[in-house]
Amino acid sequence: MRYNEKELRALSQQPAEMAAELSMRGPKKGSVAKRRLVKLVVNFLFYFRTDEAEPLGALLLERCRVSQEEPGGFSISEWLPPSPPSRPGCFLPGHKNLFDGPRAAQGFIEDPERKYYFECCTQEQCQEWMEALRRASYEYMRCSLIFYRNEIQKMTGKDPLEQFGISEEARFQLSSLPRDRRAACVGTQLDELD
Amino acid sequence: MKLNERSLAFYATCDAPVDHAGFLHKKGGRHTASHRRWFVLRGNMLFYFEGPGSREPLGVIVLEGCTVELVEAAEEFAFAVRFTGAHARCYALAAESQAALEGWVKALSRASFHYLRLVVRELEQQLAAMRGTGGDGEVTVPPRRPKENGCCSAVWSAEPPAAGPRCPPLPPRRRRASTPDRPPDSAPFAQLHEWYGQEVRALRGQWLGGQTQP
Repeated sequence: MRYNEKELRALSQQPAEMAAELSMRGPKKGSVAKRRLVKLVVNFLFYFRTDEAEPLGALLLERCRVSQEEPGGFSISEWLPPSPPSRPGCFLPGHKNLFDGPRAAQGFIEDPERKYYFECCTQEQCQEWMEALRRASYEYMRCSLIFYRNEIQKMTGKDPLEQFGISEEARFQLSSLPRDRRAACVGTQLDELD
Repeated sequence: MKLNERSLAFYATCDAPVDHAGFLHKKGGRHTASHRRWFVLRGNMLFYFEGPGSREPLGVIVLEGCTVELVEAAEEFAFAVRFTGAHARCYALAAESQAALEGWVKALSRASFHYLRLVVRELEQQLAAMRGTGGDGEVTVPPRRPKENGCCSAVWSAEPPAAGPRCPPLPPRRRRASTPDRPPDSAPFAQLHEWYGQEVRALRGQWLGGQTQP
């Protein structure tokens, strides 16, 4: 698949939400942990050799699962629906998202071949990274927006998106969320989405 | 640079609703013809397929740091997705109707993560102000201290100043009473740095957002 690598590399040079030197291990069998500079920019996690300006690689942080890995690290993996799909491009309905625990009950599995491991210096650093990565998806941002919009609308009776001219956009409607997330959104706390 | 392309492909073809989709004509290169492709916008990524039934995308354009503009071209309903920087790519596209053109330009101009985050932050602040809380209120704002330990190239922007008279606006004069959720003056530097950094980012985001208006 082609992609605009040059622009992605330029993105990796922009100010990061989080950046640190972490120990990183790739998914391949027998891969060794290495020190990498890891940078979170929008919904990408870039990783660099510690003495190089150009990134070695990037991980897209949509539809992935961030888990704690004892003793002081975390992992990022794809969260896949059960295979095979019944027809091309068809997957089970419903969002696969970071903060959906019962997803396992629906048969979603983790692909061990696509799991990246990171080791932090302290437990606190680990928690910080997991929190940041959890919120680093477009999907999370979209859900947050819908949640705040709904809250403000409840309080004021007015739609706060009107000032931006984006009230009608399909991606910001409550109906664009799957049923279970819709209920959480209409609830009282953003944290309920966890 | 490695990229987990399978994740990208999966994101492209998953069952969630798309933000925009339709046929567009894409110019391959400077001297090649246009190809009619099926484009799907999801989040800040514009995927293109051979057709609507294709299993895998042919490619993707990551839409961060770009402007979307109408262009004068031989083709009708032409527009461009332009990135900044030396030798940066410019994608020449064309829609199939005026309505489609307007729909695409609107959708693509507001597709970036930066834009969405700007709106979310604005709503967050509005809500906090309404709840009458000075700080975060019930909503936990995640701590975002850009820590760059030993980072090799901590440049603030890879983009050179935009060509032409498009300078960023001066920030508004700070009025003490106007921001209800300022940190206390006795806050540690790191907190102040982060707080005002947010404001700078928001302004910058607004400026970049403003540039995408046709």
